[in-house]
Amino acid sequence: MTATTEDAMKQEGRGNTLAGDRQHRARLAMTGLTGLLIVTSFASLQVGAAESSFLAILATFLSGNEVTLTDRVVLLDIRLPRLTLGVLVGASLAVSGAVMQGLFRNPLADPGLVGVGAGAGLGAISAIVLGASLPAGLALALGNYAVPLAAFLGGWLSTLVLYRISTRNGRTSVAVMLLAGIALGALAVALSGILVYMADDAQLRDLTFWGLGSLAGATWAKVAAALPLILAALAVAPFLARSLNGLALGEAAAFHIGVPVQRMKAIAILTVAGATGAAVAVSGGIGFVGIVVPHLLRVSIGPDHRYLLVNSAILGAALLVAADMISRTVIAPAELPIGIVTATLGGPFFLWVLLRNRNIMDL
Amino acid sequence: MCVTTVIDRPSAAKGYRDRRTPGAPRCRTNASAGHGCATPRTRFGKGLAILGTTVLALAGFAGGAQAQDRVLSLGGSITEIVFALGEGDRIVARDTTSSFPPDVENLPDVGYLRALSPEGVLSVEPDLVLAEEGAGPPETIAVLEAADIPFIMIPDGYDRTAIRAKIEAVAIALDVQDKGAELADTVDRSLADAIQSATVAGPKRVMFILSMQGGRILASGTGTAADGIIEMAGAENAVTSYEGYKPLTDEAVIAANPDVILMMDRGGDHAVDTSALFSHPGLALTPAARTQAVVRIDGLLLLGFGPRTPKAVLELSEALSGAG
Repeated sequence: MTATTEDAMKQEGRGNTLAGDRQHRARLAMTGLTGLLIVTSFASLQVGAAESSFLAILATFLSGNEVTLTDRVVLLDIRLPRLTLGVLVGASLAVSGAVMQGLFRNPLADPGLVGVGAGAGLGAISAIVLGASLPAGLALALGNYAVPLAAFLGGWLSTLVLYRISTRNGRTSVAVMLLAGIALGALAVALSGILVYMADDAQLRDLTFWGLGSLAGATWAKVAAALPLILAALAVAPFLARSLNGLALGEAAAFHIGVPVQRMKAIAILTVAGATGAAVAVSGGIGFVGIVVPHLLRVSIGPDHRYLLVNSAILGAALLVAADMISRTVIAPAELPIGIVTATLGGPFFLWVLLRNRNIMDL
Repeated sequence: MCVTTVIDRPSAAKGYRDRRTPGAPRCRTNASAGHGCATPRTRFGKGLAILGTTVLALAGFAGGAQAQDRVLSLGGSITEIVFALGEGDRIVARDTTSSFPPDVENLPDVGYLRALSPEGVLSVEPDLVLAEEGAGPPETIAVLEAADIPFIMIPDGYDRTAIRAKIEAVAIALDVQDKGAELADTVDRSLADAIQSATVAGPKRVMFILSMQGGRILASGTGTAADGIIEMAGAENAVTSYEGYKPLTDEAVIAANPDVILMMDRGGDHAVDTSALFSHPGLALTPAARTQAVVRIDGLLLLGFGPRTPKAVLELSEALSGAG
């Protein structure tokens, strides 16, 4: 055997070890994170401002006793829809962030970049401010869903416009998309500003609270509205994993190793737009999750999207459920906006992770 | 949704006992409102909370079934009315904007009345929720309905009739109509007297400034509590070109030509100090700046439109006469 082949074999062996190691760690992470999600979910059903306890209610129910109305409402109409919404929104934000970062090969990318955030914001603001001037019949039919619906449509429409702008001759330019996304975002913010000026005091206060982001308004109807889009996105994401891995080499290289670059970009963008639009529509603007979760996972289990995406979904869900639990218990019976919780706890933690891993922080 | 179960709340008994915590002196009537701006600090939301304009119908309430002893009072003026009716000891929790009488601050705070958390509201185990107009969000109110908790929205407004209507609506909800009629009459009479005696020398143009953030003046137009109280005090609102609160440009401030600036008294460091106020390029050129005329009054007293409004009218007109 020559030295070169020996070296090559060694190298291959080392490569395999590395891959195997990462695979192992990814599996381990998945188990651990799933456990974490289950624990936080249970905890979030158990605690809250009201004294009702999930286990106590379950025990009462199983022993055949009547569960009080308050307990039932607290568990079934407040905590359970809220937990479900937290899982859906957290998973959707984290996966959308991971996909966007992979797609744009930019560690700062998040769904906000493709205009979903600004577009959804504009939609919600329009519904709050102009909702009063809708025909009475339509306003009545839409009821409380006017704002989430408008937010979703706004996010989706702005993404479609952006996609059309940046696609020429069947090729989507990521650079054009980033720049046009910034321009469209600025436009949406400006239009929102005009609407804010038109708003009366009551509407202004609604706008403020929508902008803070919260899971407080969770109802089963909202869960049902967001569920199909978010589940679709979560189901599609794993099929994008290999293509995203290929794309890390650059678009041309990805194309040459057989990644259907154009089709994959279209699917990724529209999926993310749908999922994020739905998440923003039901919970307002909750930041931070989409950036932090994928990066934390890249540091610990590596950048392979086959493991990154699924772990992002689980960690995102667990993180948001935990943050929501803090937001609704720490100053009970009042609530802290969840954005404040994610940022005050997540910010320093993320910085710490960054400082420890400065040398390996990359996509 | 589960709405059919019989209400069976063993914990209510415990809560009832908790409510009678010793050491919290109760304010029986509005007699305690004798001294000036007694509230130690005024939160921003307090003034904001009372600015709705449309009049909502009183939510259907089957009065008189049984006296509710665990009332959640949402909105500074509603809480004041409940105390003025002598029913303050029935309140078990309040919202952030409820800060008068001062003792009420010892009660649990369920948050800002427009962003109520359903579980937070349920956790204080109310058997009646009295809310100022604009309380919400709708999702929370829907949950309260599902839990069979009566939720009564009290209509708001910024004139004499509105105060009477508010007091009467609260009294009906608490099933103390007699006391309500009495209080409404008393307040109405003293308000009429106050308006009568509130003669501000000369036409005083008053500009109410809600906030000055980053040098931008957010001033009250028409249809607000501030507009209502300025008129009652016998002065003139300097800004009538729009409804509600809007930021004014420097030139619009000059054009409004106010003789006096009216602000909420936020106490402590939050107050914009007078020199900072009049160094604003627009305000600097107004008559108010020449005489350094600023009037600061506690936000809930000034804009609450409740039992203390007669006092607010007198205080404001006196201050306006003295200023400028």
